[in-house]
Amino acid sequence: MTPKNETEISEAIVSAEGPLRIVGGGTRPIGKPIVGEALSTAGLSGISLYEPGALTLVAQAGTPLNQIEAALDAENQRLAFEPMDHRALLGTSGDSTIGGVVAANVSGPRRIALGACRDFMLGVRFVDGAGQVIKNGGRVMKNVTGYDLVKLMSGSFGTLGVLTEVSLKVLPKPETTATLCIQDQSVAQAVAAMSAALGSPFEITGAAHVTDERKTLLRIEGFAKSIAYRTEQLQNLLKGFGAVDVVTDQNPWPDIANVTGFAGVTDDIWRISVRPSAAPAVVAALPAASRTMLDWGGGLIWATAPQGTDLRANLAAYKGHATLIRGTADVPTFHPEPAPLAAITAGLRAKFDPRGILNSGMMS
Amino acid sequence: MQMPIPNADVISRKSQIVARLREVLPANAVIDDVAETRAYECDGLSAYRCPPLCAVLPASTEEVAAVLKICHDMDVPVVPRGSGTSLAGGAMPTADSVILGVAKLNDVLETDYNDRIIRVQTGRTNLSVTGAVEEDGFFYAPDPSSQLACAIAGNIAMNSGGAHCLKYGVTTNNLLGVTMVMLDGTILEIGGAHLDAGGLDLLGVICGSEGQLGVVTEATLRILHKPEGARPVLMGFDSSEVAGACVSDIIKAGVLPVAIEFMDRPCIEVCEAFAKAGYPMCEALLIVEVEGSDAEIDEQLAKIMTIAKTHNPVELREAKTADEAGRIWLGRKSAFGAMGQVNDYMCLDGTIPVSALPEVLRRIQELSKEFGLDVGNVFHAGDGNMHPLILYNANETGQLELCEAMGAEILKVCVEVGGCLTGEHGVGIEKRDLMLVQFDPVDLDAQMAIKDVFDPKWLLNPAKVFPLASSESRRAA
Repeated sequence: MTPKNETEISEAIVSAEGPLRIVGGGTRPIGKPIVGEALSTAGLSGISLYEPGALTLVAQAGTPLNQIEAALDAENQRLAFEPMDHRALLGTSGDSTIGGVVAANVSGPRRIALGACRDFMLGVRFVDGAGQVIKNGGRVMKNVTGYDLVKLMSGSFGTLGVLTEVSLKVLPKPETTATLCIQDQSVAQAVAAMSAALGSPFEITGAAHVTDERKTLLRIEGFAKSIAYRTEQLQNLLKGFGAVDVVTDQNPWPDIANVTGFAGVTDDIWRISVRPSAAPAVVAALPAASRTMLDWGGGLIWATAPQGTDLRANLAAYKGHATLIRGTADVPTFHPEPAPLAAITAGLRAKFDPRGILNSGMMS
Repeated sequence: MQMPIPNADVISRKSQIVARLREVLPANAVIDDVAETRAYECDGLSAYRCPPLCAVLPASTEEVAAVLKICHDMDVPVVPRGSGTSLAGGAMPTADSVILGVAKLNDVLETDYNDRIIRVQTGRTNLSVTGAVEEDGFFYAPDPSSQLACAIAGNIAMNSGGAHCLKYGVTTNNLLGVTMVMLDGTILEIGGAHLDAGGLDLLGVICGSEGQLGVVTEATLRILHKPEGARPVLMGFDSSEVAGACVSDIIKAGVLPVAIEFMDRPCIEVCEAFAKAGYPMCEALLIVEVEGSDAEIDEQLAKIMTIAKTHNPVELREAKTADEAGRIWLGRKSAFGAMGQVNDYMCLDGTIPVSALPEVLRRIQELSKEFGLDVGNVFHAGDGNMHPLILYNANETGQLELCEAMGAEILKVCVEVGGCLTGEHGVGIEKRDLMLVQFDPVDLDAQMAIKDVFDPKWLLNPAKVFPLASSESRRAA
């Protein structure tokens, strides 16, 4: 089904006789395949409002991400949370939609400094499992009027409702970007260097470690003079970790954001969220065959694992969570929650989707 | 302000309830003496007062759990309280409620500069979180103007903001984890020192839920290294339209100031008389602050001043020294105090799209004439969070009600132009009955459904946030 507007989405949900599988651009088939009739948001497309001077953009959920990025680019602005493009990693094609980005709370390297997708979300409209059209938040940057369902809907993977419209805070593009690189580092050295940089006043907006290449990457953004100044300061701050070179040949951040280093591998792909300082121990606890890449200063670990491995068994000693992004392991996609939290989650689903028809089983 | 009729049955059981609470808390942590409970009869919205049934001051998460379990089992409403600085009545008791104060929970539990986090008990004040890390060069970014007194528990309940959130975000953007006790005594651990909590974003919905979903006893907060420096520029304009256009141009130019503050003429006049900061007498004044090294600040201020000059400012004053910076901020920082010297006032908190600023200011002036009450405007212009201050005489019968009626009209204008009722103070009791101006019943039902899950008995801060008629069937259940 491809409803043309919010009302038709509501009607489709009300009249659904079985489970529905909500489809945006279809570029992020994370986890187990969902059973159900496809309900596409492609019919809800277009930017409804864009005020560059207010840093605000409102779009229909099915609007292709590239259309939004083009509109922002024309005003020299951007989605600062740097949504990851999953296509290379997951071997998918098609155009990602803004609704899909929000539903999966998709963020990139800049999340360590500026926040995740959910931090840039100002408002939502959605249709719940009973077909009710609900709005929350709005289009202004500061809003504490009532409960924040905007955050709750971000990253709910369509299990609480079908997003129909999202309102986002956008930011100006920086004048200049620079990447600094430290070579030949262990994971422990990398995390220490990244922590030192992120704990400085020099506003790092990317901190990643490509384990295979033993290299650590740091990004700074801003006005040209400021970049020159901060480059020098960081080179001085980090000199104990080795030579800090300025990367000039290419922009490495799309490959970091999109984890293209793991594209095409046949192993399972896991995404692990831990406190950054735990990263060296977590990496050491993974199977010997695992490859890793660290983002968010070590707080986000991308790991491969031999097919069918339950990586969570290796991580029991660490606080955080692991998501099976692509794979064959017969385990839940999302990290099982402790009983009291699982009860709340189940309670919320029962309220918003009483028949359990929206992306049923997606997050359980 | 209408409040639900207190539950006479609960009040009649006071001695049993107090006795049960004394079984789980030290004697001095249960306050039931009528005179002593008066200390908890109101919060920052001091026009409304009601002593609680009793107040309890637990000193650990386990004691909070024990208290809540008793109240759950005995069907007693609970009103959580941080430091009681809410301007919206968020911590105002009812006569049948137990005030649960977190003031004794004020320890720093963990500080980790490598992970850039601090874990605190939530009775700790906002400013003392920064105080715990500032010697090492770090700070906690959200800075509500009550930060000397307000507690992290209240910041989380109200999702507090501050002057610097244009760059750093509000509480929800700086909160990584909580320990929260539900009314039935269940202790939840959500998130932690890792960056995203996993599962549904429960942290996101707990933050800003005004103490209606649970009592947060511990919080993991993001801390940042302090910038090398910060300096403001002051600019005055002939009209608020021009000032608004200047704000928009600055933002569009790619400069992201850490704060953009706006004051209108009535506010400038009062502040100048009070603080003698040397402000120009004009229709609109902006204070724009940027951060970084000296050279970075110079570069950003130069760009900002170039933009400002295209709008023909009547005054353009760059702070070259810390002393000059202090003078620029002096008037703004004393604005509320200055207004309070002159008059009683009510401070509103609506947010509007920045583009609607001139229209909203014009309509506020019209309302000011219509109601016969003066208004001064001082607010965070970068994010559209307005703070109109309506002046009235609290000793004159009917003036408070007139002031509230005018405030309601201003907030309706905020919603009408695409904004909201409250940007950072919260709904509490103050804006409760305006919620249907912004939301349809189905929107409020969706919010109340969340409370149904966390607090099925509707005993936590039940008379807040939602219009009483909207929540009545749930509260009565």
